[in-house]
Amino acid sequence: MTVTAPGRVELTALTTGDGTPLKLALAQATRRARRRAFLLVCPLLLFVLVTFAVPIAQMLYLSINNPIFSQHMPRLTAYLQANPVRGVPGEEGFAALALDLIDAKKNRTAARVGVRINYARAGSISLFKSTARKVRKLTGPPYREKLLKINEDWADLHLWRVMERASSSHTLSFYAAAIDLTYDLDGNLVQVEPERRIYVLLFIRTWVLSAVIAFLCLLLGYPVAHLLATLPLRYSNLLMIMVLLPFWTSLLVRTTSWIALLQSQGVINDLLVLLGIVGEEGRVQMMYNQLGTIVAMTHILLPFMILPLYSVMKTIPPDYVRAARSLGATPLTAFLKVYFPQSVPGIGAGFLLVFILAIGYYITPALVGGSSGQLISNQIAFHMQISLNWSLAAALGAILLFGVVLIYWLYDRLIGIDNMKLG
Amino acid sequence: MGTNKGASVRFESVQKSYDGETLVIKDLNLDIPRGEFLTMLGPSGSGKTTTLMMLAGFEPATHGEIFLNDRPINDVPPHKRGIGMVFQDYALFPHMSVAENLAFPLKVRKLPAAVVEEKVTRALEMVELPGFGDRRPAQLSGGQQQRVAVARALVFDPDLILMDEPLGALDKQLREQMQYEIKHIHKNLGVTVIYVTHDQAEALTMADRIAVFNDGVIQQLSTPDELYEKPANAFVAQFIGENNRLNGTVRKIDGNVCLVELDCGNTVRAEKVNVGGVGARAILSIRPERIELAPKKGAMANNLRARIEELIYLGDHIRVRMSVSKTDDFVVKVRNASSRPALSVGEELNVGWHSKDCRALDFNGA
Repeated sequence: MTVTAPGRVELTALTTGDGTPLKLALAQATRRARRRAFLLVCPLLLFVLVTFAVPIAQMLYLSINNPIFSQHMPRLTAYLQANPVRGVPGEEGFAALALDLIDAKKNRTAARVGVRINYARAGSISLFKSTARKVRKLTGPPYREKLLKINEDWADLHLWRVMERASSSHTLSFYAAAIDLTYDLDGNLVQVEPERRIYVLLFIRTWVLSAVIAFLCLLLGYPVAHLLATLPLRYSNLLMIMVLLPFWTSLLVRTTSWIALLQSQGVINDLLVLLGIVGEEGRVQMMYNQLGTIVAMTHILLPFMILPLYSVMKTIPPDYVRAARSLGATPLTAFLKVYFPQSVPGIGAGFLLVFILAIGYYITPALVGGSSGQLISNQIAFHMQISLNWSLAAALGAILLFGVVLIYWLYDRLIGIDNMKLG
Repeated sequence: MGTNKGASVRFESVQKSYDGETLVIKDLNLDIPRGEFLTMLGPSGSGKTTTLMMLAGFEPATHGEIFLNDRPINDVPPHKRGIGMVFQDYALFPHMSVAENLAFPLKVRKLPAAVVEEKVTRALEMVELPGFGDRRPAQLSGGQQQRVAVARALVFDPDLILMDEPLGALDKQLREQMQYEIKHIHKNLGVTVIYVTHDQAEALTMADRIAVFNDGVIQQLSTPDELYEKPANAFVAQFIGENNRLNGTVRKIDGNVCLVELDCGNTVRAEKVNVGGVGARAILSIRPERIELAPKKGAMANNLRARIEELIYLGDHIRVRMSVSKTDDFVVKVRNASSRPALSVGEELNVGWHSKDCRALDFNGA
């Protein structure tokens, strides 16, 4: 403290004995420890950055940026940027198109451009491929007439609008497509035809099924976790091994064993027929539908509910329930008023964990889900592997990611991330 | 508060085993009258907490019957026994405020809200914590939590309160203060209190009667002064207060007095308590404050030669460790009066005690 004016005392920064500011001295003293800690986590940090953070960032960028058209059709891109499409363009636009197509033929990129346009306008792949095959014969203007002679689809105004939008590589059209929206002829966002609206439905189904699975896991896992936390050690160890047993078995094996159990010629149906509960014709369809997805995923995700529940229940002293009972509470009241409220952090953690895992689950619904048991992840995989529309896959993935972050944020606001215990 | 309150408790040949191989409680018979403050004292694992848990209903008795007000309660679930209980770690519900904790036993009994509020306020006043109702247990100090735990066990007016080492987590000063407060509450309310502790000073301070447990058996059941001055066996003598032991053999029995030949060859006169016949081994128990250094000739029945090994200055008294009759941990407490003799290590002198202060006990008890 220094006295700067009569009656006024000002606080100054604390210093060490030799006059170094205390904060600086502390930083110096802990620098070695911090450097060591950093070096220890460095390999993992680099690994995560290179193999996880960077690809995710790339995918997210891909969802709003698709440069295929502007890259391979530079002249047409320049023309479309300068001249907004009001009708089918004249000779100038067709000249740019023709010259770009000649280059595309040389570079073998016409099909890729066709695919890009095909996302928004069906039939464009063959249009680009067939035109590119014939465009070599074009020796000079007038390109408009000659191209229209090759294929009169080039006079389609919708095609030109689509190419105009594709010419700007930054676009939100993939996000629009991911929620079943498209551009009409006037460039307004509208819903796609009812029979092609699949993504919103899939998102809703994914969320609902994930919530159902998480709830079933909670229902089945809560009593087990309670037993685990209260049984004497030698029994609880055995039970814990049984809970963890699935972790030592391949996910694929576990899923296929559910197929063996659930299929219409499977173990359960055979048993039902044998016991005469259902007839030979009445075999129950228990898989290749939502039921299959729910049953198999609930089983596979159950440990992720039990473990956080267990770790929270382990910390609830038995004296609380005893106290409640001695104070006059029935076993049920003691559970509802005393035990249950204290297990809520575990419920929150387990529910969140199972829900988030379920939302992105792929293998199990792909194998046992049939068509009604597919989740959004199966569509993402489809666009990554089959249709090769990576930008749409990225947009779907980004929406999923946003949903998970939203839940996480809500959880933090409602219960608090600090209260979460994962084991 | 009426004085005719309180419940009587009776254990009839109760046995308890957890594993089917060993008995934690061996044939317990205990009669606790209305309004008594009974302390169960013993080392850990002696069965005192198990006894409490059986009475509260959290552990079933393997054999025998427990009676509450002469009604058998073996088949009565805990919540119907109406017994207030204070736990070692207080067991205050952390997700409820202090007032909600206190209201809990009243609400499960479906008392009207006005009555609940009034009783909670009164309970908080009783433990001198008015205005603390809105706080969470975690916001209270250890002593305050302890008071709330006591208030919660009392708020529904039970006839019997069980306390399982309730002061174990408090520091010494607070513990002593709480001992008096619990004692006063007991006196004012007239309820029966059964109090488990392993702290003998606490037991002596608080209890009407003390049951000393060891190895699943009550070793002695009596008032604090009797327990201290007339221990029934070597275990009790050793466990309660400080005690000097001398080993010897009984040579002659004469009514309540017996002659014991110590291992060093000297013979002393002692009160016969539970020794076998002539020729049996015995342990002599003498309290350190009942021994005099260099007594006048003929003043004491017993006189032995002793050597001072160590002096420890403790302010109000001095602990003198001496070697007597082949033991070197024979302790004498000398009051720090102005007339006390000058003592020095290595000095040899006589020690003496009255025969009634020296109790001959069974050798097996230790």
